[in-house]
Parts: sequence; C-alpha cells; structure tokens
Amino acid sequence: MKSAILQTASRYLLPILLLFSFFLLLRGHYYPGGGFVGGLVASIAFVLHSFAHGTENTMKILRYKPLSLIPIGLGISALSVVAPMIAGLPPMTGLWFEEPIPVIGMIGSALFFDIGVYLVVIGVVLTILFTISLND
Amino acid sequence: MIDNHILAPVFVHLFAAIVQLIFWRKTITQRFISVGGSLIGLLVAMRLFSKVHQEGILTMNASDWDAPFGIVFVADLLSVTLVVLTSIAAFAVSIFSSVGLSRQRMLYGYFPIFHFLIMGLHGAFLTGDIFNLYVYFEVIIISSFVLMTLGGRKAQLEGAVKYMAMNILASTFFLTGIGILYGITGTLNMADLSFKIKDVQNQTLVGITSCFFIIGFGIKSAVFPLYYWLPSSYHTPPSAVAATFGGLLTKVGIYAMLRVFSLIFIPDDFICTLLMVLAVLTILTGAFGALIKTNIRRLFSYLIVCHIGFMMGGIAMFSKIALMGAVFYLIHDIMVKTNMFLIAGVIRQLRGTMDMEKLGGLYKEYPKISLLIALVLFSLVGIPPLSGFWPKIFLFQEAFTQHQYFFVGVLIFGSFITLFVIAKMWSKVFWKDVPENVEIEDKFASMELYRKIMMVLPVGILAAATLYIGLNAESIVKISEQIATQLIDTRPYVEAVLGN
Amino acid sequence: MELLLVFVIGLLYAAGVYLILRRSMVKLLLGIMLLGNGTNILIFLLGTITKGKPPVIDEAYKVFQEIYADPIPQALILTAIVISFGLTSFAIVLLKRVYALVDSDDLDDLNTPEEEDL
Repeated sequence: MKSAILQTASRYLLPILLLFSFFLLLRGHYYPGGGFVGGLVASIAFVLHSFAHGTENTMKILRYKPLSLIPIGLGISALSVVAPMIAGLPPMTGLWFEEPIPVIGMIGSALFFDIGVYLVVIGVVLTILFTISLND
Repeated sequence: MIDNHILAPVFVHLFAAIVQLIFWRKTITQRFISVGGSLIGLLVAMRLFSKVHQEGILTMNASDWDAPFGIVFVADLLSVTLVVLTSIAAFAVSIFSSVGLSRQRMLYGYFPIFHFLIMGLHGAFLTGDIFNLYVYFEVIIISSFVLMTLGGRKAQLEGAVKYMAMNILASTFFLTGIGILYGITGTLNMADLSFKIKDVQNQTLVGITSCFFIIGFGIKSAVFPLYYWLPSSYHTPPSAVAATFGGLLTKVGIYAMLRVFSLIFIPDDFICTLLMVLAVLTILTGAFGALIKTNIRRLFSYLIVCHIGFMMGGIAMFSKIALMGAVFYLIHDIMVKTNMFLIAGVIRQLRGTMDMEKLGGLYKEYPKISLLIALVLFSLVGIPPLSGFWPKIFLFQEAFTQHQYFFVGVLIFGSFITLFVIAKMWSKVFWKDVPENVEIEDKFASMELYRKIMMVLPVGILAAATLYIGLNAESIVKISEQIATQLIDTRPYVEAVLGN
Repeated sequence: MELLLVFVIGLLYAAGVYLILRRSMVKLLLGIMLLGNGTNILIFLLGTITKGKPPVIDEAYKVFQEIYADPIPQALILTAIVISFGLTSFAIVLLKRVYALVDSDDLDDLNTPEEEDL
C-alpha cells in the first residue's frame, strides 16, 4: 500500500504506540491492561508499519527475528512462576519488593510474568504475520 | 497433604522446551537436551509416584489461593500413574526421534514442541480444576497440530485439516459444557463441583451438560460415531509423532472421562447404557476397520479405536472391578500403543514402506529385532502372562456379574479380531518371503551402530515396561485396585482438596 | 438483555454449524470461529449479567458492600479468546499451505488414495 499519509503517520505512530503498549503493560496489575493487551498493541504498531512500508522494511527495523522473543519471554514468565518455590511457597505466588519504585510503582513477580507474556505475544503475532505475508 | 513440588514434571518439560527454543536450529544440542530432559522428567515423575503411593493424595494451591477459589493441582494415584507412564513413553519417543526423524523436521522445532506436548499432558493429569483441564487440553492440541503438520507432505496436511477441525470442535463442546457447569453451580473446582452438583434443582440440565462432556471427550478419545478423524490422520505424520499421538492423546480423553464421570457426574442408568452402547460400537467398528487395512499404521489406528472401546466398557459398567479393568487396560495400552507406532517406524527404516503387501522376510534377516517386536505384538493381543491379558479378566468378570452378555461377546470378538489381524500382520511382514518385483530400500543396514542402537533401544525400553506390567501383574493389579477405590469413593480426594 | 443474548448465541451456533457443514475450507474455519464466539457469549450469559457493578472493592472497605459482577466468566472468556486466537492463526496458516499444495478450497479434494501411503 503506497500512501504518503499512512507512511508519515506510521513513522510517528510507531514510537507512540510502543510507549502506549508499555503503559498498558505496567498498569495491568490493578487496572485494565496487562501483558497480553500490551503485547497486542505493540505488535499492531509493527503491523501498521509493515502496512505502510512493506514487511521487509519492518523486519529491517526489528533487526532480530521476532521468533527469538518467544524463548526470552517464556523464560522470564516461567522463572517468575517458579521463583516462589525457592522461598517454599506454591508456584505463581506473588512476591513483592517492599518499597515502591517511582513511576513504575510496586514491583513483584506478577510484573515479570506480564513482561514475559508481553514479549511472547509480540513474538508470536509478528512471527505469524510475517509468515503469512512473506509467502505471497 | 500440601506439597508445593507436585508440578515438577510439568516444569521440567517446560524448561526443556524453553532451553531448546534458545538453541533454535542447533539440532544436535536439542537432541541431547531432549533425551536428558525426558530422563530427568521420568526420575521426577517416579519420585512423585512413590511419594503419592506412600503418603496419599497430594495437593497444591497455585499462588496460595485456597481451594475452591484458586486453581488447585491434585496428585492422586491415577494422575501420578499416568504421569509416570507418559514420562516413560516420552523418554522412549525422544530417544527414537533423535535418530528416526529427518533433520528438516528438527529444524522446524520438533523437539521444543514435543516437550510442550508432554508438558500439556502432565498438566492435564495433575490439575484439579476443570477449566484448567481445558487449558491444558488446548496446549496439547496446539502442540499436536504443529507436530502433525511438521514436514508438510500433502497427505500430512490433509490429515491435519481433519484433525484440526474435529479437535477444535471437541474443545468447543468441552468449553460449552464448562460454561453451563459454571452457570449452574458457580464453581470450577472439580472437588467442589462433586458435591455442589447434587444440590442443583434442575437435574435434567446436569444430564444434558454431561452429554456435552461425553461428546467433547468422545471426539478426543475417538469413540464410535466421532472417531473418523483418527484413522484418516494418524497414518500421515512421522512415526515418532504418531507414537506420541497414538499412545497418549486418545488416552487423555479416557482419563478426562474417568475423572469427570467419577467425580462430577456419577453415571446414572441412562449414561451407563449410553456409554455401553458407544463402547460396543467402538469395538466393533474399530475391529472391522482393522480387518481390511493393509498399511501397518492404518491398521494400528483402527486397533486404537477398537481398544478404546474396552476402556469405555469398563467406565460404562462403573463398579470397582470394572474400573480396575479399565485402569489396568489404560496402563497397558499407553505402553503398547506407543511402541506399536515406534515399531512401524523401525519397519519403515528396514524396508522403506509400511504396506504389508510389499513387506516380508524380516524374520529371516533380523531375527533378534523380530523377536522383540513379537513380544510386543503378543502383549497387544493379550496372550497370558503378558500385559494385555490381565485387564480383560476383570472386564469379563464384571460383565458376567452385571449380566452384560452382549458386551462379553463383543469383548471376545474384539480380542479375537486383534489376534487375527496381528497374526496376519506377523505372517505377512515377518514370515512371508519378500514379494517379487518389490524393491527393498534398507536404510537400517547401512546405519552407524549407535544409530541402530538408538532406534531399537526405545522399542526395547517400552517392551521391558510391558513385560514388567505383564509378569509383575500382581503389583499393577494392586495399584489399579487402589485407583479404582479412589474413583468410586471420592471422599479422600475431596477432603484432600477442600479440607473437611 | 438476556433474551437478546440468547438469540445471538442461537444464531451464532446455527450459523457456525451451517458453515462447518459446507465443503469449503474457509467456511469450515469461519464456522469454527463463530461456534467459539457463541460459546464465549454463552459463558458470559451464564455468569449472570450484572449491569454497572465492577468487581472492585472500594478503598474504604475490605469486602464488597453490594452486588457485583462476577469476574470469573470474563477471565474464562479472555482465556478462551487467547486460545482461539492461537488456534485460528495456526489454522489460517495451515489452510493457506493446503491451498497452495492442493490448489483447491474443496474439502472433498483432500483425499490421498491409500495406494500413496508410505
């Protein structure tokens, strides 16, 4: 799709959407949002970019294959699930740092789980879309 | 008893899969991780089994939420027995697939997906929450779709379409059932459901809901009117994949049925009759299908269907001895059916085909391997003292006690057809000479020694397990008896989950 | 509201079953998706709909003060949606490859004769 408006817009929308997706990720524990939605918004940012500039260019700005995000995300999530077992608690129990960190707020194992989900969702969605669109 | 480590078998396979994803495209590393991970998984599973065997039912409340509110994982004897059997099968298959699979398929991520599949199986056996069971079912089917299409031959993709459509449909039925169940009881915990369901005013609705579960699990375990996807897809993927599917996937359906019908819906006369009719028709159609097939794997696919009927019959009679028979048969079936497809893979390597008409002369050329295979075939048929024989005694006994003479007849018929088909296969593949004008492509003879060993070893491991089940039947009977007692009298299970 | 949802569920199930019974692969997939959505709305309906009462406890209290919407059906539906997202995207890739290979959308063309078995 060659459209000057879309191309210009998507150049500015990409960072804004990524920032918004990160915002959704961080507020997800108590408010609507979270890793899955954040990941979807982030991947939509890249999808929009690939609509405007073509899939090859999107892959170029990503540098790494989106597939490599999946093991990283899964690893972070899985570790945050298992981590409470070291403290003798059942898996998936929320462990929290005592002091809140400015801007982000309370940090706990749930946040790491969400970050893992976020990465996995981006990886999966982009892998599938690139597979479908590159075959043509 | 609360034990926070009962999910260890799940985590072992999860981490094995993640590490393998990191070593994407490094197939040699992946092979080592796969075999090592499966071995660790087996050891962990055995430790869990011995712990449950000694200390009774173990539970774990995920993220420390108390039982009916959070997701609970329960390791009772049925679950851990199946976890151990799955681990043994997974160990054998991962050894086999490290030499029996083309590099092309490994590059597309066979090993990580295989471990996700095993992880899903372990999770499905261990969970005590019906929606969580659904989630693990989905993990299993998504992984199995990928395994099924890996390689992308035409026949494979065709099989995958049928497999995909039917299995998604099954999940939809299962999910609908769960939705209605939640609507009428307000809980998803299986132990909690077991007594809340009795207080429901509208018992007709409960009956209809149980039919949703019968259809959902029936599609997954390939029961009579819903089994057509199985014979039209299981002969297409590589043998290592077919072994995992044939040995384990249909049995998850049977496990779920055992669990749901013992805990939540205690079968009344209508459900028992329905299950019995389905069981009889499953045995008959499976047996007739097996009679006419000449391709080994198609034949085995129909035998899976046929033998699912035996277990369904055990569930349908729903008494202690019948369930003992069903559980024992389940134990025997997982080991043997996995092995059958591995054997089909070995035969393919020896001859380059799996069509009985084009095969022959294997006994003359490879007497030792043939004898090993014969042992497995005899166990499948159920020649005493091998493993297939013992569970049938219990099924016969209970069928006579309950005057289900028709089922007795069908059981005998099914066993007889199995014997006939296997005898036919034995004579055509092993005894008969190689038919003329058939070219043999023997990949096996030219292999390095370690590859030969790796290919036959898993068949040997599973054969040893089968032999152990057959010759040490007394202890297996004891375990199945305990499992059947737990299934009939669910109070210990409910108490372990909910306290008093 | 409930009555409307009941009709929607019925419509989705009927349309889904009709599409699954078609011979086209694309319609099969669409049918499966409609059935899945019907199921999701069914769960939503059976979780007793309560209007405008989010399951959030006011900061001043420790427990719920009034009737609230049940959050579990929504969690179930979200899980089911995520799963069906994965399944559907896989199915699309699969059907696309089948189409490239068989060059037909007709499910009846999907039968390799037994003689071609390995």
